[in-house]
Amino acid sequence: MTTTTSVDVPTTPETKPGRPPGRRAGVASFAALLLSPSLLILLLVIGYPIVSALRLSFIKTVDGVDPDTGLVTHSSVFSLANYIDIFRGDTAAAFRNAFWNTTTFTIVTVIIETTIGVCMALVMNKAFRGRGLVRASILVPWAIPTAMSALLWRWIFSADGVANDLLRANILWTTEGFQAWLAVVIADTWKTAPFIGLLVLAGLQIIPAEVYEAAKVDGSSAWRTFWRITLPLVKPALVVAVLFRMLDVLRMFDLPFVLIGPQKKSTQTLSLLAYNDMSNLHFGPAAAYATVLFAYVAVVAYAFVRLLGADIVGRGVGGGR
Amino acid sequence: MSQTMPAPPVTDKPVGKIAAGEKRKRSRIGDSSPWYYVGIAVIVVYCLAPFYWMVVSALRRPSDQFSNSLLPIPASLDNLKAAFSPSNGFARGLLNSLIVAGSTTIITLVIGITAAYALARLDFRGKGATLAAIIATSMFPGIAVVVPILQLWTNIGWINTYQAMIIPSLSFALPTAIWLLTAFFKQMPFELEEAAQIDGCTPAQAFRRIILPLAAPGVFTTAILVFIAAWNEFIIAVSVVNKSEYKTANVIVSQFTGQYQFQQPYGTQMAAGVVVTIPLVIAVLLFQRRIVEGLTAGGVK
Repeated sequence: MTTTTSVDVPTTPETKPGRPPGRRAGVASFAALLLSPSLLILLLVIGYPIVSALRLSFIKTVDGVDPDTGLVTHSSVFSLANYIDIFRGDTAAAFRNAFWNTTTFTIVTVIIETTIGVCMALVMNKAFRGRGLVRASILVPWAIPTAMSALLWRWIFSADGVANDLLRANILWTTEGFQAWLAVVIADTWKTAPFIGLLVLAGLQIIPAEVYEAAKVDGSSAWRTFWRITLPLVKPALVVAVLFRMLDVLRMFDLPFVLIGPQKKSTQTLSLLAYNDMSNLHFGPAAAYATVLFAYVAVVAYAFVRLLGADIVGRGVGGGR
Repeated sequence: MSQTMPAPPVTDKPVGKIAAGEKRKRSRIGDSSPWYYVGIAVIVVYCLAPFYWMVVSALRRPSDQFSNSLLPIPASLDNLKAAFSPSNGFARGLLNSLIVAGSTTIITLVIGITAAYALARLDFRGKGATLAAIIATSMFPGIAVVVPILQLWTNIGWINTYQAMIIPSLSFALPTAIWLLTAFFKQMPFELEEAAQIDGCTPAQAFRRIILPLAAPGVFTTAILVFIAAWNEFIIAVSVVNKSEYKTANVIVSQFTGQYQFQQPYGTQMAAGVVVTIPLVIAVLLFQRRIVEGLTAGGVK
């Protein structure tokens, strides 16, 4: 980010040589004043939970019986036990399963959603009557609360539901198995592919028509134009859209929770696994799962920003000028 | 952004026609192509068919619940009445959703607007890093916030309160709002403050008297997007509340119980789902341009 340097240039010319340091200091303290309420709140609602989850994840609560009194006792010790349990014993299988589901959901849904989203954007990018209708309709899946769309798909996928009717099949979608996993993929794709389409469309619309004209003059085929011109030019918008979707699927919770159920192995994600432990008041293991998920999300985001140059700051702090 | 939107296709149109005339093989799918209309129809059906099914199922008579006909004939409002029956507590759930999402939106805007102004219009060291850090916080998995927060709320007796839902909601709402507002503030011409400063305004006065009134549309768009995000929130609401008086609409509808123990009351749930979704669909229809502008400016979910 060439932030500060590019921003400096336009403001300095009109100020006299002696004044900038004082004015800059004044601006800096004004900025600090404006930012402090937000930063304080974020520290409380995000900083505190992250530190607290990390601490919790190292606490092992042991239930025991006091030999003298016969009463049940709780004792807490600092240990790596919650993390060791992730890789050993009964809980290891549950963790591996949740990790696998989280990963496969992310890879498969993002690939399908991106493909459908890009196709939608390419169609919408043409001038046509009724643009407003299409724009409104692609916003509908986005606007429906995930919990409500999960209920809707649960109804569609119910034993006597319309999905089985259309397929002339008798699939028990919401029971354990691959079909439950597939149901979640379908429901998620429906809700979020239009969102990718919308972001890609915004990227498409800033490509100047002359670029396509030039490609035509050079005799480029439609297919070649798409791969060589459209895709590279729309890449910044696409990369950001894909990054958001990935981070969103990695933390997926409400869709499998409502559509399939919280205890189903086939669709249990890391968020659900942590939630189940938490609702049984096993805060230590829950915090350990949440911390692992947090690290997973952070690694994916970092890799994306580094490898693909995802510019999440959007228009760039200096770019707007 | 919304003004520039229709522009590219206008210049694009003649190009497509000329090219089509010159060499058919090369032509992209243009306005006149039937495939183009097929594509549009597929998108509209894809997006609306499942929602249409929700509405149709809500309007069926409960006795026709398992009918898969495309129209709810004869239509009935029985499912809607059942959704609002006092035993479900659905009306209270809607009120709770309104309280939680409304408070979250207001608090977020009041706090976030000054931060966004500083990030967009002031020049200070560490600006880029601050904005990147704020955006990064919006990507935290909800469960990582909920686990320690639930323990904290349990310890201080805040389970089953509104603030127990509103405060954690700020963790996703505030970064989103700051990000969107920053993008909007940046779009405004910088000459505004320069002119204000020449006229003797302090930065604070320039903000209050000049920028804020002009930024109203951007603030409004941000308010809609934050409200929708808060209205749709589920994981916090389902975790920190277990009394039905405090459950939000999303949670209460997903937990509706039927007349018989093992039968899920789909008709009632679809009717309630339509009620929960309708305000959002109306907002989408009224403010679609603004919403698209906001979504693409910040690239927010």
